[in-house]
Amino acid sequence: MKLPYHGAIDCDLHPAVPSTKALVPYLDDFWQDHLANRHIDRFGLTLSSNAPGLPISAREDWRPAQGLPGSDFELLRKQALDGFGLRYAICNVLHGAVALFNVDMAAALCTAVNRYVAKEWLDRDPRLRGSILVPPQNVDLAVAEIERCAGDKRFVQVMFLVMGDAPLGQRRYWPIFQAAEKHGLPIGVHAGSSFRQAPTGSGWPSYHLEDYLLQAPAFEDLIVSFLTEGVFQKFPGLKLVLAESGFTFLPTLLWRNNKVWRGARTEVPWIDRPPADIIRDHVRFTLQPVDAPDGKMLNRIFEHVGSDKLVLFSTDYPHPHFEGDDALPDGLSDDMIRRILIDNPLETYPRLRDAAGAANAQMNKEAVP
Amino acid sequence: MNMPVLERNVQGKSKLSFVDCDIHPIQRSEKDLHPYLSAHWREHMTTFGGHVRQGLIGQVMHPRMMAAGQRADAYPKNGGPPGSDLELMQQQHLDFNGVETGMLVALSRGGMEERNLDFAAALSSAVNDWQLHDWVEKDRRLKAGIVVPQEHAEHAVQEIDRRVQDEAFRQVIISPKSSEPLGRRRYWPIYEACARNNIVLGLHPAGVSGGNPSSGTGWGTYYMQEHYTFGTTTTGNLISMVIEGVFEKFPNLKVALIESGFSWAPALGWRMDKHWERMRKETPHLKRPPSEYLREHVWFCTQPMEEPETAGHLTEIIDWIGWDRIMFSSDYPHWDFDDPKYALNFKMTDKQRAGILRDNAKALYRLA
Amino acid sequence: MSRYVVAKAGEVAPGTSKLVTVKGREIGIFNVQGAYYALANTCPHEGGSLCEGRITGLVQSDGPGQYKLLRKGEFLRCPFHGWEFEVATGQSYCDPTSMRIRQFNVEVAPGEDVVKGPYVAESFPVSVEEEYLVVEV
Repeated sequence: MKLPYHGAIDCDLHPAVPSTKALVPYLDDFWQDHLANRHIDRFGLTLSSNAPGLPISAREDWRPAQGLPGSDFELLRKQALDGFGLRYAICNVLHGAVALFNVDMAAALCTAVNRYVAKEWLDRDPRLRGSILVPPQNVDLAVAEIERCAGDKRFVQVMFLVMGDAPLGQRRYWPIFQAAEKHGLPIGVHAGSSFRQAPTGSGWPSYHLEDYLLQAPAFEDLIVSFLTEGVFQKFPGLKLVLAESGFTFLPTLLWRNNKVWRGARTEVPWIDRPPADIIRDHVRFTLQPVDAPDGKMLNRIFEHVGSDKLVLFSTDYPHPHFEGDDALPDGLSDDMIRRILIDNPLETYPRLRDAAGAANAQMNKEAVP
Repeated sequence: MNMPVLERNVQGKSKLSFVDCDIHPIQRSEKDLHPYLSAHWREHMTTFGGHVRQGLIGQVMHPRMMAAGQRADAYPKNGGPPGSDLELMQQQHLDFNGVETGMLVALSRGGMEERNLDFAAALSSAVNDWQLHDWVEKDRRLKAGIVVPQEHAEHAVQEIDRRVQDEAFRQVIISPKSSEPLGRRRYWPIYEACARNNIVLGLHPAGVSGGNPSSGTGWGTYYMQEHYTFGTTTTGNLISMVIEGVFEKFPNLKVALIESGFSWAPALGWRMDKHWERMRKETPHLKRPPSEYLREHVWFCTQPMEEPETAGHLTEIIDWIGWDRIMFSSDYPHWDFDDPKYALNFKMTDKQRAGILRDNAKALYRLA
Repeated sequence: MSRYVVAKAGEVAPGTSKLVTVKGREIGIFNVQGAYYALANTCPHEGGSLCEGRITGLVQSDGPGQYKLLRKGEFLRCPFHGWEFEVATGQSYCDPTSMRIRQFNVEVAPGEDVVKGPYVAESFPVSVEEEYLVVEV
């Protein structure tokens, strides 16, 4: 169904960096020269898990006349921000910097992407918010990038791909979580892979469709990583937001971990309450794609999941998961719609909450004579 | 507050006889296989041992939580690992629980994970002989699964063709911890042999990796993570078999998923259908929505039984999968054993219960 | 309710258990640092024989990477799924409100009393010099 009112918060939308040349002004002299020498600036640094030609990568009516889907600011403003009447939209830029092996090059490019996003996107529309792209290849450099960006309150989370070097809950990554928690930034994890390893436990599949379907099991294993490593015990203020993950796998995930915990607890004794409760408190999911056949089934899934706080609205623009303006699945209650569109995002992102609070205060001030 | 559970109501004294779709026999030691190996391979086994894709000999790198992954009460008094003593198995499980038919899944030394393909072939033949002579011929309630060297399709086919006429063997067993996703064409000769012989293909995870980290995110730190990957790895393989068109190519192939759970299946079907719809030009060999292949070709064993916070939710999940597709399994003698008297602790009709406990497996495996 | 003499007190040393059968029911007698407890030998989860499980302590943690073993000998792990139960209460550690092993009263009685009755000794020979464990079923 269409959104019933304006003011929804889109927690996953994808502006694209149109070309590596567009990043050049945001690189220092060395990296400008270095990329030019190696012709790196002539290639797109485009992630293969988000190949632009795939039907799954863009809706036909959301493809610009030229250039990458999501690279045209005016089109995104018209189709997404205005089209859905959004209050805020979080830009998750999927960029190939995170797949490089050279950690310094990756870090320089992540910095360039974040500077580019701030200047060319966030500055152009006050509804846009950013995710900080960090180099997962090196924790020190990732923390430095968070510290560099954190002063700009328009950056509201830190972003990773679900399949990187290692399961993201591992202790090696904790300095990143420490910095994120300190600055009120959830950890956002988006579908995608740097293909350091095969996307299944049995190796490499044949088709793009399989790669896409296999995001969901990877997200499941990622949640189990955060859970078992004790990330949420160590960083009780941290939220994990899974973007473009799907969520209909959740009932099995909650049940199975509750059950196994009872026998496996002593290996991970910091898990001090049922895993399902921990996951419900700390993990969130963007809405699209909705992998349930209809509203009736979807409501059954929410009942099995046992919470109405877990799902955050997303269009996933320009990725194609629904037709026309029907960004919401049918059959949801008014309360649930309100939670998904507004309440859950505000409860998840402290910086959106602050911004919304400030805006409301301003409005109230103006309303009082 | 509800009263705590002290003891469960079990299904009465007059137990429904049932089919157990997952029982694990194991050799007391490798010597049990000597009668079934040539002098060359006996010598090889003693000198070189197995050659698998992991860093420890004889134990896994995510050690199991309980008693090396076994029921702590299933260690035979006279030595040997749990599952190596038929008398104890009879006393503890087959007689005690009233098993009508027990489907053997022989995971150990069966060559599924062996990198030396000729040795793998010798081992699988030996383990099949051993199942037949040391188990099935001694207790006719037991039925064997033909273990095949899955990375060596040519020998796997020979082994299937050689065994399939013997009524003792009711399925072919391979491991989803394969070297490549199971839909890839290197495995198709195995499916051709199963389809041609009209014998079920059983998928049961073996302990050792086929050469890839156990999840797409990499190796987990803890056993609790490794345990979860049994389900996600099987999901990946099922996606592979469906999307590669295995079931288009072999329309009478029937697959039993053993020890991989089942409650994830509806969500997988929905997800496959949704994204296939948009990507279908990439896989023109698929003629129907992917979930239809799941519904027609795949059976699910129950263990490890899901235990939702609200038991009734499981009833609903099975409504979505189909009550004719769920088959009870205990996993005896492993630590996450399910007891038939306790495990089906959610609402269902008598007919549905009989289906899960007995009738679905009898129909699939054509048990008398 | 009847009271059954099931063992000599000395037969169940601290940190161990003994399986007895009373009226066809299997009961585990546990000695935790000199205190005796009687629990049904059936795990409330899936029926595991609890006397086959390990007697252990309680693992606690102050945070990831921190491990402590406390209260040694006071907990029991089911031999099937490893669920942990507190011997003194029969409560499941992970699910104390809704999962508990059935308990029975057990006490130490001097042989003198046991000989006098009203105890059921079944075929258990008793003598006045010893102490006995008496379970109420």
